[in-house]
Amino acid sequence: MTPGTSASKGTIRVLQLYPRDMNIYGDWGNALVLQQRLKWHGYAPELLEYNVGDEFPDEVDIIVGGGGQDSGQLVIQEDLQARAETLRGLAEDGTPMLLICGTYQLFGRFFKTRSGSVIPGIGVLDVETHGTDERLIGNVKVTTAEFGEVLGYENHSGQTTLGPGVAPLGTVPKGTGNNSSDGQEGARYRNIVASYLHGSLLPKNPAIADFLIRAAVERKYGSFTPGGPDDRYAVLAREHAARRPR
Amino acid sequence: MFSFSVPLGKLVRRVSRLRGGGSALPGLVVEKIDPGFMQRTLSTLPHGVAVVSGTNGKTTTTKMVVELLESQGLKVFTNRTGSNFTRGVAAALLGEVDWRGRLDADIAVLELDEAHAVHFVNRVPPRYSLLLNVLRDQLDRFGEIDKTAQLLQHIASKTTGTVVLNREDPRVARIADTLDGPDVRYFGLDDSLLSTFPNDDELRAGPGSPAPAPVQQKPHADVVLRRVGPDNADFEYDGGTVTTGMKLRGVYNIFNAAAALTLARSICGSGAAAADHATLLTALSQVAPAFGRGESLVVDGLPLDLVLVKNPSGFRLGLKSFPAGGYATMIAINDNYADGRDMSWLWDVDFESLRAEGVDQVTGSRAYDMALRLQYDEVAVGAVNTEIAPALAAFIAAAKDKPKRIFCTYTAMLAIRRELSKITTVEVVS
Repeated sequence: MTPGTSASKGTIRVLQLYPRDMNIYGDWGNALVLQQRLKWHGYAPELLEYNVGDEFPDEVDIIVGGGGQDSGQLVIQEDLQARAETLRGLAEDGTPMLLICGTYQLFGRFFKTRSGSVIPGIGVLDVETHGTDERLIGNVKVTTAEFGEVLGYENHSGQTTLGPGVAPLGTVPKGTGNNSSDGQEGARYRNIVASYLHGSLLPKNPAIADFLIRAAVERKYGSFTPGGPDDRYAVLAREHAARRPR
Repeated sequence: MFSFSVPLGKLVRRVSRLRGGGSALPGLVVEKIDPGFMQRTLSTLPHGVAVVSGTNGKTTTTKMVVELLESQGLKVFTNRTGSNFTRGVAAALLGEVDWRGRLDADIAVLELDEAHAVHFVNRVPPRYSLLLNVLRDQLDRFGEIDKTAQLLQHIASKTTGTVVLNREDPRVARIADTLDGPDVRYFGLDDSLLSTFPNDDELRAGPGSPAPAPVQQKPHADVVLRRVGPDNADFEYDGGTVTTGMKLRGVYNIFNAAAALTLARSICGSGAAAADHATLLTALSQVAPAFGRGESLVVDGLPLDLVLVKNPSGFRLGLKSFPAGGYATMIAINDNYADGRDMSWLWDVDFESLRAEGVDQVTGSRAYDMALRLQYDEVAVGAVNTEIAPALAAFIAAAKDKPKRIFCTYTAMLAIRRELSKITTVEVVS
């Protein structure tokens, strides 16, 4: 678990963004999966945290951000704006990022609340979100070209629409996804995967975890040699999850 | 005025019990044909209505409050079946009223689910309310924790007499600031025990995250849990500390005993005769856990404990309160509506304490989600089977010479009790 304890192929630094205020519905699961799979692939993971007011670490290989309650989003708002330049730079430079729910929204252009006030995002993603009083809740199945079928659970009232600068993660045969009208879920941009799905997302979708890991390793070390994680339970958990009611 | 709704409702209750049906159907029937039934019946009680709500511990706490009040000679009506929705209350009332609709009781102590409590208190304002905690539970139903706190705030605001609040849960304690009608009393915890109760904001303290600052200037608590021993506990009230034996296990159950004591003291203290503390403590020491909540059954001459887990903090507390050493362990995770469909919560629980012993059996409709969770915490898993009955049989057969423990979600617990009743004595709860 600590770097350098075994003959690793290299160290990968995973930064959890605002885990204190933006961490709900098992977001820890995503960080844990990256940490463990890095180990299983033969790399040494180093887990970092960035919370409001902290110094931003110099060297970051993967960023994960989670969902938050409305109150959590307000707490981080100002600090996130102060870090906007840094995060935009990392995104443009190909840093892999997993942005879930609330962090997905705040990495967009803006969030317009139901009462009409506009919370600016940091504009990493060409998406906008509008608050509604309809809560979209339930199991979701997403069909994607890159990662096959993606399974998770959504729980949000913000509805997001994509601009031309990003692609959807996939389309939704079961569940709602980004909004209740266009049948799309999530967003893809450079090495960023943004999604509304909890569950947690990465445990049951190891293809996405390995995409983030591969991108980080290739960016840092030039090439990636995968190890052999045992995905028996993930495969079975996916089969059962896909059959559960909405 | 004689109303037909009561005899009809009682009839439906009998028929539905004969058919082995759910406990809420007759309540639904009487609610439909006589919407004023519940309010009318409860308004006749001399001590009014006490509502117990919050995420964790409602059933056991309600049971404690009832037994404490009965020790003081009060006749108590309660909804014992754990059917904590409004129609469950109406159904329980039907079982207790006479054919003319009269209820022979001094007070009603009702366990109510947060969302349903809001509807209930709009119709029947309680004289007392006890609000236990706000944790991540069934967020797929309520949306957000802050929303759940608002539900509890609403219950408090409708309370006419005394509101009892958990001093150590910031979202609950804060409710006091919004109230100007009812009296407020707190139950509290010694600082030395606080670390066993991560509140929801501290739930996922990652490696290296700073310990949260202790709350400054805590309000005075009516009852404080000072210490928990293996079979006893120290409570402080009225300026003194008393030690009492406890049948209940699990530090969270015993913290809820402080909650129950505070409510019982509020109720009894308001009459001419203040509470008799010797009998209160005797009653408290005798309280057995509610079904499935740390309940201990006997299988093959050895204990089999059922620990209900329904949210991350409850699961963490369960793991902490019931150490794995020497026990065979099974985990049963269902995702039916009553359990919550979202499995994300399993990732907010830390399973490292099971690493040394491993988990013998994993079962339930989401058994593979659970097995996957254990894999990422490097906990060895013996067998996985989504079907509960064969998994339970295999678990019992393989661990014949060991005490056993099963962590289970609500509907998995019901299924397991049903299976166990075929091979051992399981108390029937009506």
